[in-house]
Amino acid sequence: MARKVTTQRMALNTVLAWAIGLLIFFPILWTILTSFKTEAQAIADPPIFLGFNWTLENYVEVQERSNYFRHFWNSVVISLGSTLLGLVIAVPAAWAMAFVPGKRTKDVLMWMLSTKMLPPVGVLVPIYLMFKSLGLLDTQLGLVIVLTLINLPIIIWMLYTYFREIPGEILEAARMDGATLKGEVVHVLLPMAVPGMASTVLLNIILAWNEAFWTLNLTAAKAAPLTAFIASYSSPEGLFYAKLSAASTMAIAPILIMGWFSQKQLVRGLTFGAVK
Amino acid sequence: MTTTIRAGLLACAAGVLTASAAGAETITIATVNNGDMIRMQKLTDDFTAKNPGIELEWVTLEENVLRQRVTQDIATNGGQFDVMTIGTYEVPIWAGQDWLVPLNDMPEGYDADDILPAIAGGLTTDGTLYAAPFYGESSMVMYRKDLMEAAGMEMPEAPTWDEIRAAAEAMTDEDAGIYGICLRGKAGWGENMAFLTAMSNSYGARWFDEEWNAQFDSPEWEATLTDYLELMNNYGPPGASSNGFNENLALFQQGKCGMWIDATVAASFVTNPADSTVADQVGFALAPDKGLGKRGNWLWAWNLAIPAGSEKVDAAKAFVAWATSKEYTALVAENEGWANVPPGTRTSLYENQDYLDAAPFAQMTLESINAADPQNPTVDPVPYVGVQFVAIPEFQGIGTAVGQQFSAALAGQITAQQALENAQKLTTREMERSGY
Repeated sequence: MARKVTTQRMALNTVLAWAIGLLIFFPILWTILTSFKTEAQAIADPPIFLGFNWTLENYVEVQERSNYFRHFWNSVVISLGSTLLGLVIAVPAAWAMAFVPGKRTKDVLMWMLSTKMLPPVGVLVPIYLMFKSLGLLDTQLGLVIVLTLINLPIIIWMLYTYFREIPGEILEAARMDGATLKGEVVHVLLPMAVPGMASTVLLNIILAWNEAFWTLNLTAAKAAPLTAFIASYSSPEGLFYAKLSAASTMAIAPILIMGWFSQKQLVRGLTFGAVK
Repeated sequence: MTTTIRAGLLACAAGVLTASAAGAETITIATVNNGDMIRMQKLTDDFTAKNPGIELEWVTLEENVLRQRVTQDIATNGGQFDVMTIGTYEVPIWAGQDWLVPLNDMPEGYDADDILPAIAGGLTTDGTLYAAPFYGESSMVMYRKDLMEAAGMEMPEAPTWDEIRAAAEAMTDEDAGIYGICLRGKAGWGENMAFLTAMSNSYGARWFDEEWNAQFDSPEWEATLTDYLELMNNYGPPGASSNGFNENLALFQQGKCGMWIDATVAASFVTNPADSTVADQVGFALAPDKGLGKRGNWLWAWNLAIPAGSEKVDAAKAFVAWATSKEYTALVAENEGWANVPPGTRTSLYENQDYLDAAPFAQMTLESINAADPQNPTVDPVPYVGVQFVAIPEFQGIGTAVGQQFSAALAGQITAQQALENAQKLTTREMERSGY
């Protein structure tokens, strides 16, 4: 009897999980479906779910009009660049805070988090003027710097949490065996924190890939990533929903595929230390 | 692996060499995403063939993003763009700040006198042209001929608001999902306030008196808002307070609206059989009036302007001259047909029989544009320029805040009286803060 209840509950949980999953995924699914419709089918009322004539016309038009690969390349450089630069700064910072905490470490961590509480538009004009003076407007380097700074608190916080789970005794043992600081971090700490590092990297790539405020405001033609590519298909005067959906699908596809393949690492990293 | 890296490096080097070999001057153009602008991007080979030393780079953005982006760039002298697509709202303000390059010295044969006077008037400050119009629009009534006929009515060419109300009542059939009238309700200075400000002009209302005092406590504004709410509550579609241009376009194209009063540019969408289920049943009429000598239509143009911070003014000017010339119109006609040429900028277009034959809405567009007067938008004199907006920098904020009040009234959250009182208070407060 008990077994039956468990099976029933399992089935119920499975159905519930699928229902919630599909609900969350539905807007993306709808965008993908709309991208294969004509503009008239895209606005049809009642909406057409699957019974329409599938067309690739929107993808052809988007490809003809915009240079997808240039935007894609910019997105890759900006998201990978900002994540790597962020790691270079965040690993030593998180190490210091986790293993050699000072009196004010907690305050510093809270202060770093507080920088995320200011709406970005509040500093847009000063940053724009600084970028102009430094010649960083519409450059990949400029965006790498600004996105690194924006995501740095999150990287440090995540790494700090993961590092805290690693017993300090292991690092001490390495030190006793004559490991240098660099050797201790590179050969002992980092291999043990791989799941956490992986999820930090993946999450930051996703955040940088989707960042739309700074990437739209600090770029023009040369360094514009896929967020600008999507923005170029939105229009308040003209129904271009099918084309907009095609552009959105093309923009989210790489990150969606990456997320799909790395979901195990992502979940493992995000739940790291959750169950003791 | 090594081979791949080597191949990659070679490809990069080749790319760098190609780029430096070309050595052409590149101008960056910021523009909006609409049919006419996209068409222009497709036809730029003609420009680059005629101007081999100039290459073009496009930054296409959604209208509101573009407005914020170019304003930020020009105000900080950022120099990111050499040509900007800006509206009639921005031109007088930016020209007053000396942010734009004067365009009085366009190349020979440009024929600036051919630009429609109503449009040119909004782009000229102290006799100097600061932007060249790419396409112009007004607003008009689009209606379903079949529904009017079924109701035994005929739409006059120049209807009054009372006639519009009667037609809306006659065409509404909620059981069949048909609503007599679809109007903008979404809050925003360029959304519901574009329509309502234009409508208020025909009622004799004004935003400010000659001393810059807000006028929402006037009987004219009360009549405007009351009639608008009555029309929409009785004969409009449900949820109209979130409807903008696109939502109403979708409703009209699916046969759910008896009438729609909106931008003349919509005419080409609703008469296109590929997108519209009622393409062959659409009639056009001038925007309504109230018998006071002013019609409720607006005037807007998307224009190309050169920021004063550009270092490539000559190349930018060559592009602006090409894109807004009569030759460009002919080029579009040759490639895409006369119905697709950018409307509303040049007198000669409306004297061209080929165009008049291809675009059934051409004459109505011209009459609507000519009926709008940005210098004298309403019955009584006003201290500002602009038909459906007030060309002062503060208007974007105030217009949207007032739009939110009127949208809330349409949604039934507050009464018309409360909305007008709130509008009066917030406008007065903002204008005092700004030193008017």
